[in-house]
Amino acid sequence: MNPVNYLYLSSLLFTIGAAGVLVRRNAIVLFMCVELMLNASNLAFVSFARMNGNLDGQIVAFFVMVVAAAEVVVGLAIIVTIFRTRRSASVDDPNLLKL
Amino acid sequence: MNATLLAATSTGEAAAFWVLAPIAVVAALMIVLSRKAVHSALWMALTMMVLAVLFIMQGGIFLGVVQVVVYTGAVMMLFLFVLMLVGVDASDSFVETLRAQRVVAVLLALGLGGLIITGIGRATFPDPVGVGPANDAAGGHVEALAELIFTRYVFPFEVISALLIVAAVGAMVLTHRERLVPRKTQRELSAERIRSPHPTPMPTPGVYARHNAVDTPALLPDGSPEDTSVPEQLQRRGSSRAKASIEDVTELEAGES
Repeated sequence: MNPVNYLYLSSLLFTIGAAGVLVRRNAIVLFMCVELMLNASNLAFVSFARMNGNLDGQIVAFFVMVVAAAEVVVGLAIIVTIFRTRRSASVDDPNLLKL
Repeated sequence: MNATLLAATSTGEAAAFWVLAPIAVVAALMIVLSRKAVHSALWMALTMMVLAVLFIMQGGIFLGVVQVVVYTGAVMMLFLFVLMLVGVDASDSFVETLRAQRVVAVLLALGLGGLIITGIGRATFPDPVGVGPANDAAGGHVEALAELIFTRYVFPFEVISALLIVAAVGAMVLTHRERLVPRKTQRELSAERIRSPHPTPMPTPGVYARHNAVDTPALLPDGSPEDTSVPEQLQRRGSSRAKASIEDVTELEAGES
């Protein structure tokens, strides 16, 4: 098997995540799809590290993981705050700026 | 670890890949297609686990373990926690606010996927080297990672630690709510209760009703629900079954007569 297959799998997962971000309405599911995209990119990084024979790809994957964790913490805090005032986790509801 | 580690894929790795890759893709699809957010979260956990195994298969042993600990452990727990906080049974509405948004979104996603996959298909990759030589140069996998993090990548590492602190403080600031009125002491609460028109304990829920769950109000002799029997918190959340029990009673009466 060619290790490039890992890259194909990674791009498939990334595409599914992107489709989820575009299609879903629930803010939490939307966040999960973003996480899926980040994880797919991690898989690509690890595959590149293996193909090129150095560990830089894995280090970048670590950094991506940390950024994802920070993003989740802040994002979920925002969702909880919006839910407190609007009683809804749907991304369609906060439309106060709309004319 | 030998120097040729993971330079080429073994039959075992190929078999594991062809078993795990479909699982990952199906689980990822189920995240998008599940109607309930909790189901999405569980499929997400499955995808994360499969990805952790794929990392380990490719020589990212430490990364795979971190993936399990951080993603399936911490991040998914946080997701489930917020889901329980925000309302588990809130399933997505299928009303489109923008016309044909779903179709356009799927087309765009297919276009993106096609673009990435053809890009990978047309690229020429060198023969895989494997992480074995890099590990051996530093005397072990974790040692090699540590050497990179604390030498070449020490500045990004520091920046990321600052980012983590900012994120933690930001989450605290965002979710913190100032108390507008001072908390009532037990003494004030009891004084209030004695002065109120109902000093005795509130009626228990579920008396004469169909269920004796806390969200089912007790029924008065005339069959109307007694709202004070349901805890105030449940009433405010709107999960009291007051309406349902009236319907139940009329249904019962209709059946009896």
